[in-house]
Parts: sequence; C-alpha cells; structure tokens
Amino acid sequence: MNSTTAALPIAKRMRAMGFWVIRGTITQRRYWILAAVGLLLPLIGWGTLSATGIVNPVFLPGPVSVLARIGTWYSNDDLLGDIWISTLRVVSGWALSALIALPMGLFIGTYRSVQALLEPLTDFIRYMPAVAFIPLVMLWIGIDEGAKIGIIFIGTFFQMVLMVAEDVRRVPMAQIEAAQTMGATRMEIIERVIIPSAKPALVDTLRITMGWAWTYLVVAELVAANSGLGYAIIKAQRFLQTDKIFCGIILIGLIGLAMDQSFRLMHRRAFPWLYARS
Amino acid sequence: MTIAVQCKGVWKTFGSGPTAVTALKDIDLAVEDGEFVTLVGASGCGKSTLLRTIAGIESHNAGEILVGGIPVNGPGVDRAMVFQNYSLYPWLSVKENIKFTRQLAAHTRDRTSADVEVASGRADALLSVMGLTPVAGAYPNQLSGGMQQRVAIARALMSRPRILLMDEPFGALDAQTREVMHDLILHVCQLELCTVIFVTHDVEEAIYLGQRVVLMAPRPGRVDTVYAVPLTQERSQSMKHQGAFLELKSAILERIRATSGLKTDLELLQRLSRTAAKG
Repeated sequence: MNSTTAALPIAKRMRAMGFWVIRGTITQRRYWILAAVGLLLPLIGWGTLSATGIVNPVFLPGPVSVLARIGTWYSNDDLLGDIWISTLRVVSGWALSALIALPMGLFIGTYRSVQALLEPLTDFIRYMPAVAFIPLVMLWIGIDEGAKIGIIFIGTFFQMVLMVAEDVRRVPMAQIEAAQTMGATRMEIIERVIIPSAKPALVDTLRITMGWAWTYLVVAELVAANSGLGYAIIKAQRFLQTDKIFCGIILIGLIGLAMDQSFRLMHRRAFPWLYARS
Repeated sequence: MTIAVQCKGVWKTFGSGPTAVTALKDIDLAVEDGEFVTLVGASGCGKSTLLRTIAGIESHNAGEILVGGIPVNGPGVDRAMVFQNYSLYPWLSVKENIKFTRQLAAHTRDRTSADVEVASGRADALLSVMGLTPVAGAYPNQLSGGMQQRVAIARALMSRPRILLMDEPFGALDAQTREVMHDLILHVCQLELCTVIFVTHDVEEAIYLGQRVVLMAPRPGRVDTVYAVPLTQERSQSMKHQGAFLELKSAILERIRATSGLKTDLELLQRLSRTAAKG
C-alpha cells in the first residue's frame, strides 16, 4: 500500500478496499485477517474491561482467571470426564433423532400423503418448549442417562424432521421426471436420484441441528445429573463461581465450533462436484 | 408409413369443481414413424402438457394415446424426454449421466458382458457425436448451458428410444448456441432414425426443425392448425431467408396472435394511444 492511501481516513480506505461491495468477493488472506479481528476484538475488549477494575469480577471475571479456572477444573474436577459425558449425551440425542428424522423426513418430502399425515403434527409439537417436557420425561424415562438424551432428542428431532423434509422437497422435479422417463422404478428414483441429490443439503441440516443439540445440553443436565459441562454451569451458579460459568460456556462454544468445522470439511470432501468450477 | 404416436380424443383437466382448467380439449394427432413434428402456440395452449401426457409423466382424463399401437399409461423406455433444464444429475460426471439408464433395472434385465461392452461403446459414440468427448469427465455445473443440453440429449438417446420428446430444450440458450444446436439435433435424429415431438415457443425454430408444425391454441388447449413445412428434408441456415420460410413464419405468427387471447391487451393499448392522441 502506498503512502497516499495510507494517509486516507479509515472509512475512505475501507471503501477503497471494497469493504462495502454488495455480495463482493474478498481474498482468502483478507478473509482470515478479518475473521481474526472479529474474534480478537471482543477478547481484547473483555480483557481491558476487567483489567481496569470498573466491573466487579463476580459479574465479569477476567480472561486470565477464566483460563486459570480451566486449569484447576482440569486438575481437580475431572474436566475431561465432563467434556466426554456431555459430548456423549449431545451426540447420542442428536444421532437418535437423525436415525428417525432422516427416513421420516424422506417420506414426508417424497409423498404428499405422508406429508399430510405427519407434517401438521410435527409443526405443532416443535413449538412446544423442550424444557416443559422435563417433568414428563422424568416420569416416562426416569432420571438416568436416557432422560438427558431424551431432552436433547425432543429439542432437536421435530425441527430436524421438517428440515429434512424440506431438503428432500427441494430436489428439482426435472431430475425426478427425467428418471421416470428413463424407466426408473419408484425405489430407483428414491435411491439413485432423490437421496444423492438431497445429500449435501442433508449434511448441512445435520450440521445445523448438531448446534441446536448443544444448546439443549444445559437443559438436559438440569435432570438429576452429577457430571457434565451443563451440570458444572448449573452448580457454579449456585456458588456464584462466575469464572466457571464462563469456562463452561466457552468450552461448549469451542466444541461446537470444532464439530461444525469438521462437518464443513466433510462436506467439501464428500461433494467435490459442488465445489468444482470450470 | 406407420404411425408412431397417435392421440385420439385426449382430454386433460387440472383441478376439479368450479376452478378446474381444461388443459387439453379433444386432441387428435398422429405422428408418423421417423417424423419430426414441432408444437407451437401461445402460452397456456397445453403444448407442454400434451408432450408430458405422451411421455406418461402426466395422466389424461379421457381419450387414448397409442405409442406403437400400445396405449400409454405411464412413462416407458420407448419414449425419452429432454427437459428445458435442471434435469442432469450434478453429482455424476458427463459420462456417468449419459450411462445413468444402464444402472436401472428396466435396462439391465438381460445384461451380459457383451451388452455392457456395447453400452460402453454406445456411450462413447454419443459423447463423440454430441462433441462431448473432451468433457466426458467433467461435472455438469462446469459446462455451459449449451453443453449441458447436449448431455441431456445424449442421455435421452442412450437407451435407443423410438420417440424423442423435447420440451423447449433450447429455450434457455442464447441465439448463436441455439443455431448450432438446431443443426446438431437434425443431424443426430437422422443418424438415430427417431421420431421427434418438439415443443417450442419460437416459431422460427419450429419451422426450421419440423416437417410439420402443429399450432395449438389456449383456453381450452386444443390443436388449431397443422402446417406442412414446404422445405426439403435437408435444412440449412440460409433457408431461413427463403420466401416460403418467411411466408409460413408470418402466417403462423398471425394465427398465434389471433388465438392467444391477448386481444384485451391490444384493445387496452389502442385505447391508451387514443387517449394519448387526444391529450
């Protein structure tokens, strides 16, 4: 960058860089710089705010004490065990709902009759708050692992079914009709056209619902838990350990981010044709 | 000449009760073996519906459609269809798209290793005829619209259908690409000896490709006039400037205008221009 552009005020420079081009493209390098800025700025703001001592650390603990708390959590309180059991609960609840939602959504999206039969009911149930089901789940399933998985299942399943059905409905009619005119049977159309065509969208749906499953973790661990990240947050609340609450929230965020990124990587690997450009 | 496709009093209605729309009213049409027939008409005249009914992906309410003397009651491998767009499978390469039919039970009942070899040879031959050999391994979204339609045509021809049904296959292409595709499709259809029914809204395209042009009229969709194209079987781009071609073109356009039901719009325009003149 030459000296004249460096002297310009920041607003003008942003415009010169194409910051405000609607749907514009940016270089890979600039993308990562901006992403780093977006992540670091709040961190620096948080650090300075707590360092000045304006805010009582009970309300807002500093990044250093949060980091230190992760250390003691790891050495004294079995952090890895908490991460493991919480991940297990989230993934089990999510996998169970995927196991049922994928075939069910496929049927709803493929057959109008099945749609009429099941979609209004699903639409109705998905507006019910998952938290409100806790007493019922305790009554029906008990207070063991099953109950925690059950809450996560209730939180994700009904949304997932509708999203899967929508993904399946988005398969272009021309793709299906082309197969029909080539003499494909009903099963062949489902197997060889609808499923491969909807697959990328389905993987995206699974990725998004995984995020939702994590948001139900704290609710799930309200039920007679004695381990897990959500449970640790609830316990820390009782003892006003704000730094531990921060730890729990940040850890959940990091695990979620890691899972999200691995889903995206898998998407790129599994569907090269989506990313192929001449 | 034998009859390849025969429609006898075909009716088709969409919906029921007072909102029902008659899309096809008593259609009688016979297409001879090896003939190239084009369907034109104002929008809503049912030309696409008729094609889809012959393909068997749309059912008819009354009448009979015979293909090779056998009544149509669903799609069949004797009739292949080419759509305007979005019908290719983007997760398959060009060659895999063309060989898609080979994976279906309808084409593999009596498969021997010799058949597989013949099929592979057929796919290669179609790739070569359609000028697709260099992009055989590419994915459809890496190709231009014109190249994508070549793949769609090759895929439709793969199973050697008796009848090729084309629903505005070049409607989304630019004018130059379309001219190339016209000569290509005429050439390929002569090679493959197939009967073609081709729907278009472009009158010039209809005359250039068709041996007969069937003009349909809307509300309710019906056959209005059938024109025999007074050109030799061999077509070339220069024919588009011949008197016979231009005369037929203006006659058909005139008739479409007369049947389109856009009269009210014309009256409105005239009224507007009168008020503008007064003002």
